[in-house]
Amino acid sequence: MDLFEYQGKQYFAKYNIPVSAGGVATTVDEAVAVALIAKYPVVVKAQVQVGGRGKAGGIKLANDEAEVRLHAKNILGMDIKGHVVKRVWVEHASDIAEEYYASFTLDRAAKQHLLMLSAQGGVEIEDVAAKDPTAIVKLHINPIDGLPLETAHSACVDAKIPAKALDGVADMLVKLYNCFTQGDCDLAEINPLILKPTGEIHALDAKVSLDVNASFRHPEWAEYAATEELDARELLAREKNLQYIGLDGTVGIIANGAGLAMSTLDVVNQVGGSAANFLDIGGGANAELMTAALEVINSDPKVKSILINIFGGITRGEEVAKGIVEAVKRVALRAPIVIRLDGTNADEGRKILADAGIPESQLTSQPTMLEAARAAVEMAK
Amino acid sequence: MAIFVDQNTKVIVQGLTGGQGRFHGLRNKAYGTQVVGGVTPGKAGQDVEGIPVFDSVADAVAATGANASFIAVPPKAAPAAILEAARAGIGFVVCITEGVPAQDEARVFATLQRDYPSTRLLGPNCPGIISPGKCNIGITAGEIAQLPSASGPNVGIVSRSGTLTYQALYELKQQGIGVSTCVGIGGDPVPGTSFVDCLAQFQADPETHAIIMIGEIGGSAEEEAAEFITNHVTKPMSAYIAGVTAPAGKKMGHAGAIVSGGKGTAQGKMDALRAAGVQIGLNPTEAGILMAEIVRTIRS
Repeated sequence: MDLFEYQGKQYFAKYNIPVSAGGVATTVDEAVAVALIAKYPVVVKAQVQVGGRGKAGGIKLANDEAEVRLHAKNILGMDIKGHVVKRVWVEHASDIAEEYYASFTLDRAAKQHLLMLSAQGGVEIEDVAAKDPTAIVKLHINPIDGLPLETAHSACVDAKIPAKALDGVADMLVKLYNCFTQGDCDLAEINPLILKPTGEIHALDAKVSLDVNASFRHPEWAEYAATEELDARELLAREKNLQYIGLDGTVGIIANGAGLAMSTLDVVNQVGGSAANFLDIGGGANAELMTAALEVINSDPKVKSILINIFGGITRGEEVAKGIVEAVKRVALRAPIVIRLDGTNADEGRKILADAGIPESQLTSQPTMLEAARAAVEMAK
Repeated sequence: MAIFVDQNTKVIVQGLTGGQGRFHGLRNKAYGTQVVGGVTPGKAGQDVEGIPVFDSVADAVAATGANASFIAVPPKAAPAAILEAARAGIGFVVCITEGVPAQDEARVFATLQRDYPSTRLLGPNCPGIISPGKCNIGITAGEIAQLPSASGPNVGIVSRSGTLTYQALYELKQQGIGVSTCVGIGGDPVPGTSFVDCLAQFQADPETHAIIMIGEIGGSAEEEAAEFITNHVTKPMSAYIAGVTAPAGKKMGHAGAIVSGGKGTAQGKMDALRAAGVQIGLNPTEAGILMAEIVRTIRS
């Protein structure tokens, strides 16, 4: 789950990472009120989860109320690469002496944490990497050793962080690492990490992505989930606890397992169709979950046919079948279902479907994934 | 022969008294796997359809001589369960638990590497492993796995995705091709066992004559496998990569399956594997058909 900048900064603050005084605003009046508290001069920043805000005019300096009004009015509602700005973050403008870059991620190949640190911040780190790869220090950290201050310090020396900023940046790295690990981040990035003329180190931006698998130990994340930018179908799926991603095609997809769902999308595409969504009903799918899945698919007006692709492991065939029978009773389905069912207790499942008395215009069964995809694509034409 | 597990593997189920553990543990036993015990703290002395339950893995190992563990516990409890198994001297741990935080996975993996190097973890969030006719640990429906033939050729399967693992087994069964071992490594960011670990074992296993690999978008595990294949694998291979049509920046269900910054695309992975001499199918059925051709060539 990606956080907005203002949420990232609030998250950083919990781990004692210094951020600018400021607040979030959804209206011009709110922006003015927040600016008063943050103290002028302030920066008005568009809150969107896409890069290149500054170039698009989404970040503006304001010296007084009139300027805040002007900029907040322009930025709120602005379209930045397809993302409509619903909120601005208004913070006290910082004086900048130097700009650095710092981030922590999990390096999946090395199975270790990865620190990336550069004395060249404030620009896209990919650009720095392309121009001068030696300007980025990459340090692997064993998750059970963690990041001691001395190690952070020597990373700063390696990255040629100037002497006057060394202690401050090293201290910041340890704090950011704590945020990354204890805060269950997939990514914790500060760009730019600034040195103020007064000598303090400060996070001027915040890019945080959270690992949703860790939600059970972070009840405070509920507020972030509430502001996620989801379409109506995705919101409904979220309520029903389903793994759903909305797409633009006409064949609604329900599969068990992420791999099978992805593969179903691929096969539909291969036989000349297009998927309306990715929907993984997961390992423990039962009648309730299948009903919910069909309700979500049914809410998508573009869907012309529904392809259910189930290969039973944890998901038992008779549960899937009961779910479909139940759903067909409960939901006024607008599109015909093609089902392919195999695996654990698949025979019992097929029998339940066959005995349920559902007309063929509503539900047909196909023996293979490819044949099921062909049938579903044909119906969607 | 088979890799990692065979008819001599003795399995305990951590979480045997829970819904998933009971269902799949009993299925594994019915398949013929030596399921010798279960572990649920506080339930020692009970049994699940004749399988004795112990308070700890150490007690279970002492009483049964188990050398493998099947973990079916919730995500909160999985890291401790894995380390408990390792501490008790279990050599092969299969964890099917979905939803373990990546930070926990990274810590558990590093701990195993440092303190328990002789324990191999498969998963978390994996379907498990089956050596057809010998041992089935996890959630695979055993009846879809074709038994290996004594004269061969037999195929080894390694897959990052659960249901696509079954799909691969199914495709081979349709083609009448025997399977030596089928390993589902799982789709999480820090899998205990990687493609490369399995490929090395299959290459060394005399009962495995060809290998089918099922990958998916995200990360670089398939690219690492391609490099390993180039240098170390001489057995013929076919592969399928899921997620050709997956949009960038969207996590496709698995915590590990995401194309970001132009990295981890299905196309890149297919290109790397093709360059390593692997035949690529554009869907699981095609990968199965390619494997059937490979097997025909070996037979003739």
